[in-house]
Parts: sequence; C-alpha cells; structure tokens
Amino acid sequence: MNKILRRLYMALIVIFMYAPIGTLIVLSFNASKSRAKWGGFTTKWYVSLFKNDAIMEALWNTLAIAGIAAVVSTIVGTLACIAINNMKKKPRMLWMGVTNIPMLNADIVTGISLMLLFIALGIKFGFMSILVAHITFDIPYVILSVMPRMKTLNPSTYEAALDLGASPVNAYFKVVVPDLMPGIVSGFLMAFTMSIDDFVITHFTKGAGVDTLSTKIYSEVKKGIKPEMYALSTLIFITILVLLILVNRTPADEKIKDKAK
Amino acid sequence: MLRNKNKLMLGIPYYVWSVIFIVIPLFMVFYYGLTDKTGAFTFENVSAIATYEHSKALWLAVKLSIISTIICFFLAYPLAMILAKYAKGKSSVLVMLFILPMWMNFLLRTMAWQTLLENNGVINTMLSFIGLPRMTMINTPGAIVFGMVYNFLPFMVLPLYNSLEKIDPNMINAARDLGANAFITFFKVTLPLSVPGIISGITMVFVPALTTFVISTLLGGSKILLIGNVIEQEFSQTNNWHLGSGLSIVLMIFIIISMVIQSIADKDGEGSVL
Repeated sequence: MNKILRRLYMALIVIFMYAPIGTLIVLSFNASKSRAKWGGFTTKWYVSLFKNDAIMEALWNTLAIAGIAAVVSTIVGTLACIAINNMKKKPRMLWMGVTNIPMLNADIVTGISLMLLFIALGIKFGFMSILVAHITFDIPYVILSVMPRMKTLNPSTYEAALDLGASPVNAYFKVVVPDLMPGIVSGFLMAFTMSIDDFVITHFTKGAGVDTLSTKIYSEVKKGIKPEMYALSTLIFITILVLLILVNRTPADEKIKDKAK
Repeated sequence: MLRNKNKLMLGIPYYVWSVIFIVIPLFMVFYYGLTDKTGAFTFENVSAIATYEHSKALWLAVKLSIISTIICFFLAYPLAMILAKYAKGKSSVLVMLFILPMWMNFLLRTMAWQTLLENNGVINTMLSFIGLPRMTMINTPGAIVFGMVYNFLPFMVLPLYNSLEKIDPNMINAARDLGANAFITFFKVTLPLSVPGIISGITMVFVPALTTFVISTLLGGSKILLIGNVIEQEFSQTNNWHLGSGLSIVLMIFIIISMVIQSIADKDGEGSVL
C-alpha cells in the first residue's frame, strides 16, 4: 500500500514535469500554425526547420557560445581551483566568496551589471559580449564542481610522482589531473547546460541582430512561436535523452566494480 | 616555497576575469543606482521603491515567491525522501528523470503551460468534458505561482535529496529501536539532519522566483508586474539605468539576506546542488 502511494506520488510529479514537454512534442506535429487548434498530423516542420536560416543561425550561436564558454571556463576554473586550494584560509574565503556571487545573485542583476560594464568599456554588443557573459557565469559552476574533488585529493601521490623523477608539470598532468577528471567533466557539462539554457543574462548582453535560441523564442512569444521551434526542441530533447541513457549505463557498471573492490 | 607560489599564479586568469567581470560590474550597479543623470550622488533611485507602483510590484513578487517556495518545499520533501530510499544506482536514474526537463528550453516549457492553462486550453477542455465548470487560470497571479513552482521545483528536490541521501539509515533504525515511532523519528532525526538541504533549497527557489520577469510575462499577461518586470523595463524600454540600478540594489538586499542565512546554516556546503 505504502509502495503504491509512493509510486503514485512520483508518477504525479513526473506528469507535472513532463506535461509541457509532451505538449511541445505534440505541437511539433501539428499541421495548424496556431497553438490553440489541432490541424492534423504532419512532419513538415521537421523539414522546413533545416531551411529556416534564422533558427539555424540561432542554434549555431547557442551551440558555439555554450561550447566555447564551457571550454574556456573549464580551463580557467580548474586552474583557479588549484590556486585557491593552495591559499591560506583568508584569501581562500575571499575568492570563494567572489565565486559564489554569480551563483547566488539574481540573473537579472548579473545581466544588467555586465550590460553596464560593457557600455562603460565601449564593448560592442554581439556574439563576443554574450560569450564573455557566459564565461563569467560558467566559471563558478566549474570551480564548485572541481573543488570537492580537489579536497579529497591525496597530496602524497603528487609528491611520489616528483620523487620518482617527474617534472612538476608532468606530475600534474599525469597524476593530479586524472584524479580531478570526474569533477572537471561534470563542471564542463554543468557549464555547457547553464549556457544553453540561459535567457536572462543573454537578454541583457546581446546586441541587435545576434540571437541565441532563448532570445529568439522570447522575441517570438508575442507574434507566435514558429512551429519549427517546437520541432527543434523536440529533436534536442530526444538527443539529450539518448545521450543520458548512454552515459548512465557506464557509471552504473563502474559502481559495481568499485563495490567489488 | 616556490612551488606553492607557482600554483597561486595559475589562478591569475581567474583573478583578473572575476575582478573585471564580477566585482567591477557590481560596483557599477551601485554607482548607477546611487547617482542621477548628471553623476551627482542621490538616494532617489533606491527610495523610489517606496512609490506605489514599485512597492506594489515588490510586494507582489515577495508574496508570490514565498508562496511558490512553500509549495515547492511541500512537494519536494516527500519526493526527495522517496528518491533517497532507493538504492544508489536506481535513485540516480530517477533523479535524472527530474533534471531532464531542464534540458528543454525553459521559455518553451513555460509557453507550453499557456496552451494547457488557457481558457480554451487543454485543462479547461478536460474539465468541461467531465462536467466541471471552466476556470480562468491564465493571466492570474495563480498562473505565475504555478509557473514558478514548475520551473524551480528541481532546485528544491536536488539539495533536499542530497542531504537526505547522506543520512545514515542506522540513525533512523537506532531511533526506532529506542522506541520512537515513525512520526517522532521524522521530526527528531530526519528533519533536523536535512536542514542544510532545506535552507539551500529555499534560497535556490526563492531568489530566482523573487527576481523573475520571464514567468510573469509569459503566464501573467502584461498587466501583472513583478519587481523583475519593472527593472527589466527600466533597462530595455525606458532606458532609465539609474532607476533600474537603484531598484536592483533593493533586490540585492533581499539576496544578501538569503546568502547570509545560507552561509550560517550551511558551513560546509553540504546541501549544495553540485
């Protein structure tokens, strides 16, 4: 009885979470351009999607910005972790405090603060300004996911590598970095995800003519969303779903191996 | 110790980056918020929060975000408890199930609720089909609360799950063996041990809910303004950056209060989402 109740509760929340996603998938097959009525089944939006230059460009911008921002923030963030971890208590608290600002501050404040900075510096609003903004809010995610790994690191392994004749740089890349890898990977994925999903900060730091998928959708809200957008989001959702299923298989196997040790 | 110095140098890109793009921009908000168009110091932009329309927007935002945070908490706590009961491998798959929706653009997901909540939408059609009266749901404060709960629920589930999952089951068994019933065990053992997760979850939901302008635009129509909408309009329509910054300072006071509460309650970062 208890078990049934628990499952029922989970099922209800899953329905709540997935109802709009189901709606979007249904709408992507709707022949009518209006959201309000069903005009029959069609796959034409999936074809015209790839001919829609504006959407394709927004998709490209989104992926390029998220990709570059995630790579840059992973490198800068991981280096920062090594440095912060070696600091004395006070400067460490200070830099971790700075790192926490974009995490805890409201997106709208982060967005307008960067907008004011770009205006003051005379930076042109466009692809680069969005990229800089994204790197800025991505770095804390990297630091906060690498840091816990850093703390569990055994310093002896690094020193052993030095004693065995490795140069400091070599020892770092062969010993420390592999140990940090799970944190680095999850930081990278987190940064990429946050970048893809961001709307508010992009909204304030983008210039005319440059759009990511989020800002494009927002500008279409009033005129009506193009059905191709539903088709695209369905494709993205299914891609992620498949990727997650694939990724989730491997760590489960490793966990069993860990336990066997 | 030269080696240690070298390590500290690795942080230079981050020091430079965070000072230029995190610290200085925050000072710029304060600069704009505390000056007028001629650059003279003024407190007017901040005290403008007291005018009727601004304080109304702030009060509504505070009210709706508190309601959504409470609803999120009561929805998420049982869910996190259920998830924490599963074996590690299985529960991480289930947790994934609740994070997955975040991968679909949140503007589109929120838009989709328009389709469901509209007067001729899916839910009303279903209601009238089973003979119940139609309800006006879209463009009401209720719809905004609904959208907030929907968008921020995962932020409540994750920290709660993380802190509940860490509780040693032997603690609960010990409490039961010592004669506490399920009810007392929950209030004396489980709940106190999950406090870091609760605090973290509350701030993770409350801050974005308080400051949103997107959810209110999409589900509240154009008539219901939250403080986020007011600030956004100052920047994108009215172009009064000084007033927008001044109101942002007021908003930041709320954020700082919740940051302080969080850092006091959660010293080791145990309840963090990551």
